Amino acid sequence: MEKLRVENLTKVFGKHPKKILQLLEDGLKRDEIFKTTQHTVGIGNVNFSVEEGETFVIMGLSGSGKSTLIRCLNLLNKPTAGKIIIDEENIMDYDKKQMREFRRNKIAMVFQHFGLFSHKTVIENVEFGLEIKGEKKEYRYKKSLETLKTVGLEGWEDYRISALSGGMKQRVGLARALANDPEIILMDEPFSALDPLIRRDMHTELLDLQSKLKKTIIFITHDVNEAFKLGDRIAVLKEGEIVQIGTPEEILENPENEYIRNFIQDIDRSRILKAENIMRKSILKLNNSQKPKIALEILDDSDFQYGFVVDRETRKIVGVVEADDLIDAIKNKKTIEEVMHLDYITVSKDEYVKEIIEKAYETKYPIAVIDESENYIGRIQRGSLLKALV
Amino acid sequence: MNEFPQFINIPLGDYIKTFISWLTVNYSGFFDGVKAGILSVLLKMQDFLIWIPWFAVILFIFALGWKVKNLKSGLTFTAMLLLIGLMGYWEAMMLTISIVLTAVVISLLLGIPLGILSAYNKRMDNIMRPILDAMQTMPSFVYLIPAIMFFGLGSVPAVFATTIYSLPPVIRLTALAINSVSHEMKEAAHAFGPTTWQALVKVEIPQAMPTIMAGVNQTTMMAMAMVVVSSMIGAKGLGYSVLIAINRTDVAMGAEAGISIVFLAIIIDRLTQSVSEKFKYDE
Repeated sequence: MEKLRVENLTKVFGKHPKKILQLLEDGLKRDEIFKTTQHTVGIGNVNFSVEEGETFVIMGLSGSGKSTLIRCLNLLNKPTAGKIIIDEENIMDYDKKQMREFRRNKIAMVFQHFGLFSHKTVIENVEFGLEIKGEKKEYRYKKSLETLKTVGLEGWEDYRISALSGGMKQRVGLARALANDPEIILMDEPFSALDPLIRRDMHTELLDLQSKLKKTIIFITHDVNEAFKLGDRIAVLKEGEIVQIGTPEEILENPENEYIRNFIQDIDRSRILKAENIMRKSILKLNNSQKPKIALEILDDSDFQYGFVVDRETRKIVGVVEADDLIDAIKNKKTIEEVMHLDYITVSKDEYVKEIIEKAYETKYPIAVIDESENYIGRIQRGSLLKALV
Repeated sequence: MNEFPQFINIPLGDYIKTFISWLTVNYSGFFDGVKAGILSVLLKMQDFLIWIPWFAVILFIFALGWKVKNLKSGLTFTAMLLLIGLMGYWEAMMLTISIVLTAVVISLLLGIPLGILSAYNKRMDNIMRPILDAMQTMPSFVYLIPAIMFFGLGSVPAVFATTIYSLPPVIRLTALAINSVSHEMKEAAHAFGPTTWQALVKVEIPQAMPTIMAGVNQTTMMAMAMVVVSSMIGAKGLGYSVLIAINRTDVAMGAEAGISIVFLAIIIDRLTQSVSEKFKYDE
């Protein structure tokens, strides 16, 4: 279900932003507008929509307008033109009171430099949103304590913010956003101020949390690897405009232009691509009650040297055979089950190439890919593993 | 040609005089009310300060100095107060303190809200700025004249003049403090949908507190300086002793009263400064 939709969103900074809209419509570029009018186009004509429960990453270099964009979504920046539709309501029509209610109940934000209140303790920071809403003290405390627990900061509630490390500070920032039970969480480069190791932990933690909470997350980053790791879908922003939107796999496989290609150049594909992205779908299915002769014919008709054998009833893989094995079976009147090999490897379709590569050493056969119900759906030739990486 | 033309003469001073006289005549009720108000506060404060036994005051300052600074400071303050008492200026000191305290309280009650207002409102800031400049550069003696016209002689005009003189730093530093709360922290606060009042009270003022306290310290020191000058319009206290010493060219008395003022100023400065240090938070 669609949670948020942005239509032709434009934000111009300067004295008379409305006047610039016409210039944008005439097709003038950002730097031309700046040179002639001293107005900065933060974002121009941005369109996208975000599904409920999705992690939507907006990626761009510094100055691409990503911070401007995310601040439009909770109206910290007042957009110059366009629509922001959340749950069928255009939030740009909100008056002050509606906007406060919207920020109190629906949306929360996590900041790059944490934005924590240094005059408050950890728990007082987490309580802040609830305090603004006017919740009772006991409820606030209880709820905040629970939230601190979910981000792994149990026992730190009475510490001062200054006593925490960077990673812990951002956990507090996250807890403060979560304590409010928002439907949408905006994250403005939340991990870019952290060192790489901590950042990796935070990624894992965010993915874990998100798999439980299923919030709608809009995540800003300049780091390609982070974007591809966390995003269900990614929008690439350049000079205030969206260049491409798609799933990580779509962007990797079909980069829109040279800019995107450069962007994804140094990405670690083995962490993005999954088994199902690189496997060959298998039409060829041998089963354990087939006659070896028929099986050999099927195998000969395909280009494969190996064939996976599935159980006739359950459709689950039971072994792998080579043409030579089948010839041997025909000669010696054996069944397929007697000649098939059992030292094959299966991977689930969601497994990342990186993990598959590690396993590939353990077998000389192709790798079988199975779906959630363990049915055989495809195979990965060992050679295609390497091909996927370049 | 070298002389400035005399025939175009703008008697600005006369206009101001007329204005002040007009105020005095037409708003005498108002000024009488203010005078009665200030006087009652001042008298209660004086009575109280003189009523407290001297050793209790010294003990209190010693403990406070020890707590907010260190033992050495506590002992130093004690020695200073003892010396003032031994020189015979205890009561004069208490009278001075009472005027300073009253003026500072009024300054803060006016100054902190005005400072916040000019931080929030650009136009307010534009109006305040030249007024504050004038208040700070105007020779302090000048305030004594309207003070006498409004309130006559005595301690009340002294409180008035002292308040006017000590008001600018707290307004300026409050405005500065509110304006320099980090942008991200303000955004973080507003992202949760507070009212302007909630954001101010729960985030901006607490964050601004160290700088506001620096303003309080400045205001107190300015008041301390002005209260001495205002002895010229009949304020009793340490300044009055200095005034007498000048009239009699009495070096001994001048030195003693002068030293007492310096000691008192040091104690007040160090204490308010340490209190303002306590408001600082590490990032």
